[in-house]
Amino acid sequence: MFGHTIQSFDDDLREIGDILDAMGALAGTMVSGATAALLSADTALARRVISDDAVMDDHQRGLDARVIALIALRQPMAEDLRTVVGAMRIAGDLERIGDLAKNIAKRVAAIGANAVPRSLSHSIDAMAQLVLSQLNELARLYGSGDAPGLARLRAGDERVDVRYNAVFRELLTYMMEDPRKITPCTHLLFCAKNLERIGDHVTNIAENAYYMLTGEQLPPDRPKQDETAAPAA
Amino acid sequence: MSKASSLHARRKLKNAVMMTLSVMAAGVGLAWLGLILGALVWKGAAGLSLSVFTEMTPPPGEAGGLLNAIAGSIIMTFIAMIVGTPIGVLAGTYMAEYGRYSRLSMVVRFINDILLSAPSIVIGLFVYELMVRPMGHFSALAGAAALAMLVVPVVVRTTEDMLNLVPNTLREAGTAIGAPRWIVIRSVAYRAALSGIVTGILLAVARISGETAPLLFTALNNQFWSSSLNTPMASLPVTIFQFALSPYEEWQQLAWTGALLITLTVLGLSIFARSLTARREDR
Amino acid sequence: MKPMLSAELALSQPIAEPPKIEVRNLSFYYGASQALKNISLSLPDRTVTAFIGPSGCGKSTLLRCFNRIYELYPRQRAEGEILLDGENILDRAQDLNLLRTRIGMVFQKPTPFPMSIYENIAFGIRLYENLSKSEMDDRVEQALTRAALWNEVKDKLDASGLSLSGGQQQRLCIARTVAVKPEVILLDEPASALDPLSTAKIEELIDELKDDYTIVIVTHNMQQAARVSTRTAFMYLGELVEFDLTERIFTAPREKRTQDYITGRFG
Repeated sequence: MFGHTIQSFDDDLREIGDILDAMGALAGTMVSGATAALLSADTALARRVISDDAVMDDHQRGLDARVIALIALRQPMAEDLRTVVGAMRIAGDLERIGDLAKNIAKRVAAIGANAVPRSLSHSIDAMAQLVLSQLNELARLYGSGDAPGLARLRAGDERVDVRYNAVFRELLTYMMEDPRKITPCTHLLFCAKNLERIGDHVTNIAENAYYMLTGEQLPPDRPKQDETAAPAA
Repeated sequence: MSKASSLHARRKLKNAVMMTLSVMAAGVGLAWLGLILGALVWKGAAGLSLSVFTEMTPPPGEAGGLLNAIAGSIIMTFIAMIVGTPIGVLAGTYMAEYGRYSRLSMVVRFINDILLSAPSIVIGLFVYELMVRPMGHFSALAGAAALAMLVVPVVVRTTEDMLNLVPNTLREAGTAIGAPRWIVIRSVAYRAALSGIVTGILLAVARISGETAPLLFTALNNQFWSSSLNTPMASLPVTIFQFALSPYEEWQQLAWTGALLITLTVLGLSIFARSLTARREDR
Repeated sequence: MKPMLSAELALSQPIAEPPKIEVRNLSFYYGASQALKNISLSLPDRTVTAFIGPSGCGKSTLLRCFNRIYELYPRQRAEGEILLDGENILDRAQDLNLLRTRIGMVFQKPTPFPMSIYENIAFGIRLYENLSKSEMDDRVEQALTRAALWNEVKDKLDASGLSLSGGQQQRLCIARTVAVKPEVILLDEPASALDPLSTAKIEELIDELKDDYTIVIVTHNMQQAARVSTRTAFMYLGELVEFDLTERIFTAPREKRTQDYITGRFG
């Protein structure tokens, strides 16, 4: 990655890498913060997640500016080019993850305390933990440059989808049982959907990181496991 | 600060000293040239008249001109150039184009350099042995032959040098388009080096038109008009030599005038040659 | 995911048969020192192939083998085979002058001949064709038009080729090369002595010419190679390190040495 004849080139690349690392860490904090706030109805924590999103946006804008400047001024090639273009795309996905976490956090107040049944809280928590572990694993694999690991991680998104389908059915059941729960359950449904989409962004990042590292594209999209998107039978 | 400025002052002083010395040396050189030219014009111009160009060299004590000497010089120079230039140009072409890396070229170049700096009297003696003795008499032909032998090394050298100055990429370009070697030389290398080669030829003319020594042993001199190449022929340098050493005032005056003519000719040729080179560099 | 062997020099996209030029086990020597080591590669017809690499890597030497221009100098020799349409041009019996009408070359420094613009073009044509004045006029105009120079010089065809600007001189040289209707055009760093605008014009020209000619370009400028070529060969210390589609070389080269050179991590 480093060792250019022009050493300030290395500095520029390092700076972009540092911003990306910070964004990755912040994305993890925001997702775990948002799910914790949702499950414990912690509005203060939710507010913090919402304000963190502004930091995330700042990071992304800074990274974009640096990448564009580096492309214009240094004409990166090969590995370097893949690295900076990949960084820009990964930053886009991380920023979206931040948005989705913020969206979950915003719903905390709307859902209110005790609105989440215990069993349901359990399945959402499990789904959130799975997404979080995917996110953490991504950070680890990316940090160590483990391309085969990234390919495997991408396949792991299937489990998130399975979880989401389960939560979806569960929420549907609650709503049919008790129409008064339709409003909070709809909010929860959106939260679950957001978590599922965070999983998709993790997948995107894994694909981009794989390309950055190897110069090879992973094969086209794996089949989607979202049964809820299918027309009702 | 003070250290730096004292260093600076010392450097300035050194520079001033060096510059003064250089300018003085250049001045001294130039002064001699000026003196020579001045003396020539002073003494020679006095005898300059139409009769110089229309009358033959006179017997002692009588008035006359330099017509036969001027004509003799022109004839012998012309023949020498006709003979020497093709040989010189072709030899130079061989050395620069065909045989640039060959051993033969190195040998020729070495010998040519010796010839270039050989005293011209040696050439005169050589031709004397080669032509005058077997023929039994001095002749214009022998004079021209001696001059031709002076022309060849000058032309060889300038031709080779000028062709060497033609960038190889130009030859490559000619070759790359499918032109055979001789067309590349004729149409590309010669054209690019033309003014330089012509300059060399002009310098050779200038060189031989002032030569006395080789003619003393070959063409000798002739007080009368002669257009036969098989008999002795007058020439300006030899006439000057003879007249200048004589006790007769008319002869001495003609010698000065002849010297002025030669000098102006050489000067004119040199300036013309320079202007050719300068035009070439302008492009 | 099929892992690629890094030593494998197979192209990501195979070259359509048959190649215009095929180099087989080519070695080149300057006296006793070997400048090219067993080079093999195939250049497809009507495409632009770029040779890149650090100074002294042998890229120009390889180019100079294609028209055997090196034979102007003593103690330079090539071993192996270079097939042009299947015919070995390194064969002793090869008529070099005819070969060079089939494979034209443009050099780093513009090399207009010391003659008029018109004569610069006509010179090469006259060597092998006997044309009437009007036919020759047409050919000169065609060649100059092809080299995108006609409009700039049509009113001064009798002016010296040396009176043109550097970029125009280089286009004159390209016109001169095109005029003899070659099949292959070799370009030895054709724009390295030119300003960016003239360079862009040359590159545009290369792009247009590739429809009719097989073009091989040697360049120090990697961006230039990336801009003009379809395939790129990276050479280092007389060896062909990697030869692939240009896109591939500049985004994801297989060889570490290529990667290091392309990204500026050399030495």
